[in-house]
Amino acid sequence: MKVVIIGNGMVGFKCCEKLLHYLGDQVELIVFGEESRPAYDRVHLSDYFSHFNAEELELAPISWYQEKGITLHLGDPVVLINREEKNLVSHSGKETVYDFLVLATGSSAFVPPIPGTEKPGVFIYRTIEDLELIRDWSKKARSAAVLGGGLLGLEAGKALLDLGITNTHIIEFAPRLMPRQIDAAGSEMLSSHLEKLGLTIHTSKQTAAIEGEDQISGLRFQDDSRLQVDMLVISAGIKPRDELARLAGLELGHRGGILVNDLLQTSDPSIFAIGECALHNGMIYGLVAPGYDMADILASQLAGNNRHFTGFDMSTKLKLIGVDVASFGDPMLEGPDTRIIRVADSINGVYKRINLSADGKKLLGGVLVGDASSYNQLVQVCKGFMPLPEKPEELILGSKTGGSAAAGIAALAEDAIICSCEGISKKSIIDAVNQGNESFDSIKKCTGAGSGCGGCTPMVKDILQAELKAKGKLGKVVVCEHFGYSRQELFDIIKIKKLQSYDEVLDTAGKGDGCEICKPLVVSLLASIWNDMILKKGNDTAQDSNDRFLANIQKGGTYSVVPRIPGGEITPDKLLVIGSVAKKYGLYTKITGGQRIDLFGAHLDDLPFIWEELIEAGFESGHAYGKALRTVKSCVGSTWCRFGLHDSVSFAIRIEERYRGIRAPHKIKSAVSGCIRECAEAQSKDFGLIATEKGWNLFVAGNGGSKPQHAVLLASDIDEATCIKYIDRFLMFYIKTADPLTRTATWLNKLEGGLAYLKEVILEDSLGIADELEAEMQGLVDNYQCEWKEAINNPEIRKRFQHFVNAPGEKDPTVQFDPMRSQKRAMEWK
Amino acid sequence: MSNPTTTIQWMPACRVDDVPSNGGVCVKLEEEQIALYHFTRRGEWYATQNECPHRKQMALSRGLLGSQADEPKITCPFHKKSFSLRTGECLNGDECSLRTYPVKVEEAMVYIGLE
Ligand code: SRM
Ligand SMILES: Cc1cc2nc3c(=O)[nH]c(=O)nc-3n(C[C@H](O)[C@H](O)[C@H](O)COP(=O)(O)OP(=O)(O)OC[C@H]3O[C@@H](n4cnc5c(N)ncnc54)[C@H](O)[C@@H]3O)c2cc1C
Ligand code: SF4
Ligand code: FES
Repeated sequence: MKVVIIGNGMVGFKCCEKLLHYLGDQVELIVFGEESRPAYDRVHLSDYFSHFNAEELELAPISWYQEKGITLHLGDPVVLINREEKNLVSHSGKETVYDFLVLATGSSAFVPPIPGTEKPGVFIYRTIEDLELIRDWSKKARSAAVLGGGLLGLEAGKALLDLGITNTHIIEFAPRLMPRQIDAAGSEMLSSHLEKLGLTIHTSKQTAAIEGEDQISGLRFQDDSRLQVDMLVISAGIKPRDELARLAGLELGHRGGILVNDLLQTSDPSIFAIGECALHNGMIYGLVAPGYDMADILASQLAGNNRHFTGFDMSTKLKLIGVDVASFGDPMLEGPDTRIIRVADSINGVYKRINLSADGKKLLGGVLVGDASSYNQLVQVCKGFMPLPEKPEELILGSKTGGSAAAGIAALAEDAIICSCEGISKKSIIDAVNQGNESFDSIKKCTGAGSGCGGCTPMVKDILQAELKAKGKLGKVVVCEHFGYSRQELFDIIKIKKLQSYDEVLDTAGKGDGCEICKPLVVSLLASIWNDMILKKGNDTAQDSNDRFLANIQKGGTYSVVPRIPGGEITPDKLLVIGSVAKKYGLYTKITGGQRIDLFGAHLDDLPFIWEELIEAGFESGHAYGKALRTVKSCVGSTWCRFGLHDSVSFAIRIEERYRGIRAPHKIKSAVSGCIRECAEAQSKDFGLIATEKGWNLFVAGNGGSKPQHAVLLASDIDEATCIKYIDRFLMFYIKTADPLTRTATWLNKLEGGLAYLKEVILEDSLGIADELEAEMQGLVDNYQCEWKEAINNPEIRKRFQHFVNAPGEKDPTVQFDPMRSQKRAMEWK
Repeated sequence: MSNPTTTIQWMPACRVDDVPSNGGVCVKLEEEQIALYHFTRRGEWYATQNECPHRKQMALSRGLLGSQADEPKITCPFHKKSFSLRTGECLNGDECSLRTYPVKVEEAMVYIGLE
């Protein structure tokens, strides 16, 4: 059977995969694509700006089509279909006959009839080429607007912000954002989130004209107000690509779209339409999952199965970074037959709404803004795959009775669809686990689940955990395939058996040859226990890259240099040294968020020379590269500040010098404030001190970063010696018992008994280990040496700081920089 | 592995003890950058292109050696993608792969084979 597919977009590609799956070599496949590239992941198009190159978005490379025997004509759109003769003609004049024809021509951006849309500086947002044009133009633009406040428009707006256009506006014709997915209250909450991100929102604004002479200079609205902008991205909806079907005389909808029945057949029984060009039951589906479903159903039908397309759930989650927005089922349902439960928390910017049937027995739809963590669960309940809890409000308020997420997964029916992009059920995932796929990556590879929008990743992981647990394989969290122990167990083994090197630990307690997970973990433990120089022979090559070269690796392969500046105090002379070193080695210089100075862009070969000069001037390593103590920030304190109660700078320096260089499960940060005004932000640190009239308040287990958490008060009004004693115990207890890469806050959150238990251990010595903890810490403190000093003086270590082993001193010629604000920056990834 | 139709040209790279145990170095051969690894634990030598295909970073010689089941691998320091040292295949399911080169050791000198 000869099948021709017109359109090599997401759905056209999926159709190739599915036809091969069902029909194997019984099908001869010919594909025509208008774009010059093979099908790519349009859903993640915006990622093209931040970290992808075009190849990475490809769904499959050209070689895939060759291997599968598919004839692929790219950059060659079909221009004519002769239905009588069952053949077609392409732009370049290729003629092909078909038995069945599949139209997967997708859609194009709808451009409203506003004067001026042809002006340079006006863009649409659909293809890689569109994004390339936008990126180039954005380099000289200072302000931008997006026409349309729907799903796509908001995504485009965020992308413009990320391109550095801080003055970006969203123009929406309707009185609210995402008018088709969320209700007025949700939209209001969403607006306030977006404004925090830096977008300016204009609703109920009708654009009358795009102004400007040679290029766009601004917008004029119906109410005669104006907005000056340097560029405009139009994202006002989609228009199905039905022009070819129209020419061929196929039946279309009133407002466009190729009409199809439940078999996805057009008015010509040997021609089908799928994806965004197809109009089914009055609907154009502007999402990828329904298109994939159509591709599957069509392919299965051509293989002789009796399958129908009967519609698709339109639940969506916006993939904006920093704002959770989702809607599912029928989000805007109102009326006497509906019971609506709403919660709005304006402090945290969270709005949730669920629509229930009048009897409260069925979940019909809802909206989530600010916190969409329960999205997956709600969709499953809405589809009837999971029971509605007795008190439905718990779905959005959180359970008071303590039902955990894992219990939720267990309640899920086996045929529940977990990954809607690929149509993977819970059962398929369980089967994959039973076949021996025991990691998320291998499940993804085996089933395809999680390879689309990625929204189902947490659920797939939960199912995996639950299955492994059921098999008794999750008794404890082990390090990796090479060690059947937890981090804490390895700590004890190393200590009791006095193991000194990575290989000794592997020989004694592990198997195989190690990997990128256990190597850094074990050498970090060795450092926490013995505090030997971390590049000691045998342990050097087990260190993660940053520790291996005692510097942070950067884009392009250069390194950054951060000398320690204890408490943030620095003399003018030392500042001069930093300045002259930076100048000599051509380093980009920046004050860090941690109250010190970072020098970026150092070649590997230059690192020892740079450090030689810094150490000569009295600097030492700042361990910015290590899971170790970073900075102890200070406020100026009582030496100058009129409110200061004690000398916070001196105390910060004392603390920083005590704990510098100590390796831990994750980095450790601290701060000391001279009074309750808290200018050093001590309550956001792993441990922090605030001066009181009578002494110091000691806070622990706080952090900033991705999930900020305030520190909690461990002890109040204590003197400096007691502070040190408690911090010694606290840090050592953390170092010995925390899971790998766990900050103190997360560790305390998981610690059984919580803060009360921690207080017992640290303040009351309930375990009888306080002396031991203090002695262990004192051992580490006494063993401290600046590792950079050792590195430059030890020829064996120093010789590793070169790029070419056979051309010492020669720098990597691929390293390149771009100039920026009279300094330089790393060249963008390719 | 050996292919009778192509002749391998053995290029001297460095001395055995120039390469750290269980680690890698970067060798410049003609204008190419090649990562050379001494997997001491397995008593094996490997060589691959130095450029990580993920973000095109000249970094694999600075990566971590390891194994997955019994497959020896190198993990890139940038985003921790792993590649088989035997075949160059990416072990994280990505499409990209590495060029590999044969290695031999004679009298404490390491040679890399170019075609
Ligand atoms: C240089 C600096 C940014 C700056 O220019 O200001 C920075 C740079 C990096 N931070 Fe940071 N952070 C810097 C201050 C901070 C701060 C502010 C502070 O310390 O007061 C925070 C929030 C406070 C906190 O950690 O609780 C911060 C929270 C993070 C996090 C999130 C940690 C978390 O628990 O969520 C990461 C990711 C991680 O460590 O896993 C991170 C990771 C990183 C890494 C190491 C990312 C990486 O792996 O490459 C960056 C290294 C760049 C480089 O090559 O030097 N950085 N980072 C700051 C260095 C401070 C210093 O003097 O050492
Ligand atoms: C920025 C962006 C973000 C998105 N985010 C999401 C999201 O988060 N979730 C989601 O579900 N969906 C999202 N979508 C929508 C999703 O990308 C589409 O639903 C999906 O791509 C539709 O697939 P398709 O194959 O029908 O159309 P397309 O992917 O558009 O492919 C159609 C192809 O056919 C070609 N073609 C047209 N006419 C001809 C012809 N005559 N001859 C040959 N070739 C022709 C076109 O050039 C095109 O390459 C997003 C879209 C964009 C643009
Ligand atoms: S916040 Fe920190 S980790 Fe993120 S880009 Fe800035 S410096 Fe890098
Ligand atoms: S550059 Fe190597 S993993 Fe990203």
